[in-house]
Amino acid sequence: MLAYAVKRIGLGLLILVLVMVAMYAAVFLVPGDPATVALGPRATPELKRLLIERMGLDLPVWWQIVEFFRNALTGNLGYDVWSNRPVSTLVMEALPNTLILGLTALAVALLIGVPLGCLSVMRRGTLADAVIGVLSVGVIAVPSFVVAIYSLLLFAVTLRWLPAIGAGETGDIVSQAKALVMPAAAIALGWIGYIARMVRASMMEVMGEPHIRTARSFGLPEWKIVSKYALRIAIIPTISLVAVGLGSILSSAVFVEAVFARPGIGKLITDAVNTRNYPVVMGTVLIMTAIYVSITIAADLLIARLDPRVRDVFRG
Amino acid sequence: MSGSLAASDLSVRYETPHGAVHALRHVDIEAHPGEVIGIVGESGCGKSTLVTALANLLPANARIDGSISYNGVDLAKLDAHRQRLLRGDEIALVSQDPMTAFNPVLTIGDQLVDFQHHRKDLGRAQKRSRIAAMLGRVGIADAERRMDCYPHELSGGMRQRVAIAAALLTDPGLLIADEPTTALDVTMEAQIIHLMRELRREYNGIIIVVSHHLGVIAELCDRVYVMYAGEVVEGGEVDAIFHDARHPYTQALLACDPARFHEKLERLPTIPGTPPNLTQPPSGCVYAPRCDRAFAPCGSVAPPLVKLSASHVARCHAVTP
Repeated sequence: MLAYAVKRIGLGLLILVLVMVAMYAAVFLVPGDPATVALGPRATPELKRLLIERMGLDLPVWWQIVEFFRNALTGNLGYDVWSNRPVSTLVMEALPNTLILGLTALAVALLIGVPLGCLSVMRRGTLADAVIGVLSVGVIAVPSFVVAIYSLLLFAVTLRWLPAIGAGETGDIVSQAKALVMPAAAIALGWIGYIARMVRASMMEVMGEPHIRTARSFGLPEWKIVSKYALRIAIIPTISLVAVGLGSILSSAVFVEAVFARPGIGKLITDAVNTRNYPVVMGTVLIMTAIYVSITIAADLLIARLDPRVRDVFRG
Repeated sequence: MSGSLAASDLSVRYETPHGAVHALRHVDIEAHPGEVIGIVGESGCGKSTLVTALANLLPANARIDGSISYNGVDLAKLDAHRQRLLRGDEIALVSQDPMTAFNPVLTIGDQLVDFQHHRKDLGRAQKRSRIAAMLGRVGIADAERRMDCYPHELSGGMRQRVAIAAALLTDPGLLIADEPTTALDVTMEAQIIHLMRELRREYNGIIIVVSHHLGVIAELCDRVYVMYAGEVVEGGEVDAIFHDARHPYTQALLACDPARFHEKLERLPTIPGTPPNLTQPPSGCVYAPRCDRAFAPCGSVAPPLVKLSASHVARCHAVTP
């Protein structure tokens, strides 16, 4: 297990390096001079040169990458070109909002999606199963920004139940929670459908296995067979799906944060890209990739924890 | 508690999109406490459907006619909840394939604790000590440690022992072993048969052993039912079946058992032809198309159940008492 964890973490670090190399290559390949785009066509050559030096764009690309990682190892992700504030501070300010949003959405999706999938299996072939099936496909098909805009119109503009924008007053839990409801729901809705369908599909497969018949032959109640004997196996593909899906949850956070003008990583990246604020883009991408890679590793370790057969493969 | 079991005029059909499959037709069997009953026949003859019906584990598309009386209660007429309460309490099933019979992500001990869920009077620790004792009784050394193993950490033979232990833990009146040795190699098979012979001495409920292996049946059983194409074609004491078989199918089956050959043969004998399609069972004798003694009525008239002695019966036009 330890060797497996070390191997996965090593691979994760390699992925981080590759992503950053790709990012620098992209900046290098994008036509036009970032300084000109940022400062506008009427900037003086002196100002441009100053900015280019400040962003480190005069150095060879490979050297920029080495410098970036050398600084990153000491916790220095560079400085915002415009405000001169450390990128690490900007990211740390924005990150909690996004993480709370993403994790709330994920938790809601799991807490509703998994029981719905189980219910579908226990009531297979009935009206309840059919309704869950149709609704799941329905909500998967609706993009999160559409949900965001319509819920904004309904709950914030027409009914005035929930705040339209922002992340709530600092220190006021209730106002923060209220501000979280719509963005989280917008992201979670589609995932409820995904998870319910995924759980149902893998559960149906597991329910056909002989060990379920054994559990039935001992007269175990159906809810116990579903929740203990089947779910523990059926949840494994769902964990992989959710871990991979977290990337798309975080990217839908970009849209949703834009719609609700909610401070967060998504808004930070969008703004930084629009103003060609490369140090902020690079620092944010590094942190997001690191989070994403960590979650994937955590999911793999969790799967190894849940399934003793996987555990043994890596022990041997 | 143990009582007698009797299936009378039991028929099971599976409703499929391609029509109904009449897997079991007008089966009569009976079993009394202390008896070991063998059910033998080739693949697809309805053995598994019969025991699955007895254990109330038929799939949703199965339809039952006739009755299964156990201890004076008609199992076929119980609602799903009452059926579930009997399973794992009065009726226990030893599953067919020990390799896949247990949940792969739960320990043996965890599962066997759950399987004793009808025993509300016992705590977890008591259930675990019962498991340890029972595992020891079925010949598993180091039972305490084995309980914390996952199924894949045990060998096939050991898993089959655990499956038998699991069934015995529930102290059932009716123990059904569906092909208990089919998935095992010959050495393991001999060990499991030996174990079951020992167990039957201390057990006073009904044991039903299903096998297509004649040797297993001969070793373990008091009485045998021979099944063909969803019908019981012959039934009787194990001696009568093995030494005085009257139905042409039973005779042909015995003639194909490699264990009974004295000299080495170039080719193993087989029964020519294939069993009938059970979506449209024949109107006459089900075995007639493959039977070398078939005559005029066999193709059109269903043969009666001929009583040959107190317990020996055969369903054939060609036999006479």
